[in-house]
Amino acid sequence: MTSYLEFEKPIAELESRIADLRETANGEINIDAEVAKLQDKVDRQIRAVYGKLTPWQKTMVARHPERPHFKHYVAGLFDEFVPLAGDRAFGDDQAILGGFARKGDTRLMVIGHEKGDDTQSRLKHNFGMGKPEGYRKAIRLMDLADRFGLPVVTLIDTAGAFPGIQAEERGQAEAIARSTEHCLALGVPLVAMVLGEGGSGGAVALAAADRVLMMEHAVYSVISPEGCASILWRTGDKADEAAAAMRITASDLKSLGVVDQVIEEPLGGAHRDHAGTIANIGEALFSSLGALDGIAPADLRTRRQDKYLRIGVV
Amino acid sequence: MTWLNRVRNAIPFVAKRETSEQLWHKCKGCGEMVFLKEYEDNQHVCPSCDHHGRIRPAQRFEALFDKGSWTTLPTPLVREDPLKFRDTKRYVDRLKQARQATGESDALINAMGEIAEQKAVIGVQDFAFMGGSMGLGVGEAFILGTKAAIENNCPYIIFTASGGARMQEGILSLMQMPKMTVGVQRLKDAGLPYIVVLTDPTSGGVMASYALLGDLHLAEPGATLAFTGRRVIENTIREKLPDDFQTSEYLLDHGMIDMIVHRHALRDKLSTVMGYLMAGRTANRAA
Ligand SMILES: [Zn+2]
Repeated sequence: MTSYLEFEKPIAELESRIADLRETANGEINIDAEVAKLQDKVDRQIRAVYGKLTPWQKTMVARHPERPHFKHYVAGLFDEFVPLAGDRAFGDDQAILGGFARKGDTRLMVIGHEKGDDTQSRLKHNFGMGKPEGYRKAIRLMDLADRFGLPVVTLIDTAGAFPGIQAEERGQAEAIARSTEHCLALGVPLVAMVLGEGGSGGAVALAAADRVLMMEHAVYSVISPEGCASILWRTGDKADEAAAAMRITASDLKSLGVVDQVIEEPLGGAHRDHAGTIANIGEALFSSLGALDGIAPADLRTRRQDKYLRIGVV
Repeated sequence: MTWLNRVRNAIPFVAKRETSEQLWHKCKGCGEMVFLKEYEDNQHVCPSCDHHGRIRPAQRFEALFDKGSWTTLPTPLVREDPLKFRDTKRYVDRLKQARQATGESDALINAMGEIAEQKAVIGVQDFAFMGGSMGLGVGEAFILGTKAAIENNCPYIIFTASGGARMQEGILSLMQMPKMTVGVQRLKDAGLPYIVVLTDPTSGGVMASYALLGDLHLAEPGATLAFTGRRVIENTIREKLPDDFQTSEYLLDHGMIDMIVHRHALRDKLSTVMGYLMAGRTANRAA
């Protein structure tokens, strides 16, 4: 069953009329012409709605439960994935996954957030909210990649790092700080892809990269619109205003120089077409990796560091 | 005339302390009324309960550096209000107000001088300036501080005090986390010490970046030091948290900091550890 967002109501109505029609016809009456007409209406409606999404609506799309997640991207982008586990200190965080991946002859390390896509897997993956052991696993895998010359690809999709007592106890802040530091110290290429939500420190810890790709309807922000609204407007109800004021959309971030490339999503968002979405970003990913190939480790590191030093300088 | 001078000139001479409020300070620790002059002379530490109150950059510098040895470093130019942000108020107005109230251009001030005759650059975050929040001005000041330390072949010491990222600068405030991390890396590449002194309060994105990347972590007693704020955690787990949760003492217990140092002992302690961290360098240079 498809889940519709509130602003998709007109689309939902049209699509349910198609479903009703099909049910009534029961394969006995020819309704092709009628369906085609309605489908055309659906497409026009989707184009209209998705052509002018507000930042808050984009936040809803970025959080859509049927959007492709880590496992879909990894399965679609690579010929092989060898998962690796554990931080060698405390445990194995299921919110941040990683391992070797291969596409043709290109071997690399992939690390990213997994949100899960049903109740059971969402609980297992803690809704994509990483704990210190997750960021420490990421650090371990980055070190491994650096030592053996494998490029690193990160998949960003998190509401933020997990805000819990045990996470705090085990040094959530330190783990995030070190993970960011490791991104910036790598002598191998690092390409980050912001796929859904880029939630604050929990996102940047894996995204301080040579190139940052971002999906058209993804959002990336310092705090959630609800959080910002509750602090600055003193009410969570102003989330739509906060989302607009913070400039969290892919095109905003591109113009602010935080994101290098915006990846177009299929009509009606990534959740309507996983294969098309993954194909679009795959092309951008492999061409980014190609462009970074062969740069000396020290140069790569200096260039990446200089890029972050330039942010905000007049 | 720079805007800073204009602001300074616009601030009237401090009115005579006439009311009792201006003569007395109510301690946030024990609630006792302390004679303001005594409180200030005691570096904002309560004489009866030792509670460490908030303190401004100039007072820090005065207390830490050898007398007459220090000068403040110029504050950097950054993009002003890059998002044209407004919530219930315009960000530019909040900035103007903070500048008038503090006489500073942003929430991080650097000074260079000597601590017991050892050269050092010290950066102090000013909680009085928009909660010490981390935006472009703070990030760039931090980078300038690290550069000054590298040019002068000395340690960089940062005193953190911040509610976290400056939301009015959106994603650009988040980008200060990797940016300032690069500053730390450049110090490390130069073989120079980076010392963090955590003071009340430090939280959010500041904790999750340069505040916990030091060669050494010192903290003042009783400071609130957190990644996720107490209320957010309580709302998430719907449980009351222990009283000492996210204090200096808690962090020491959990292996996150090296030592807790009373404000009156900071100058001596910093000079001692700097002696060790710079020892190899001095020896190599002499050889
Ligand atoms: Zn007291």
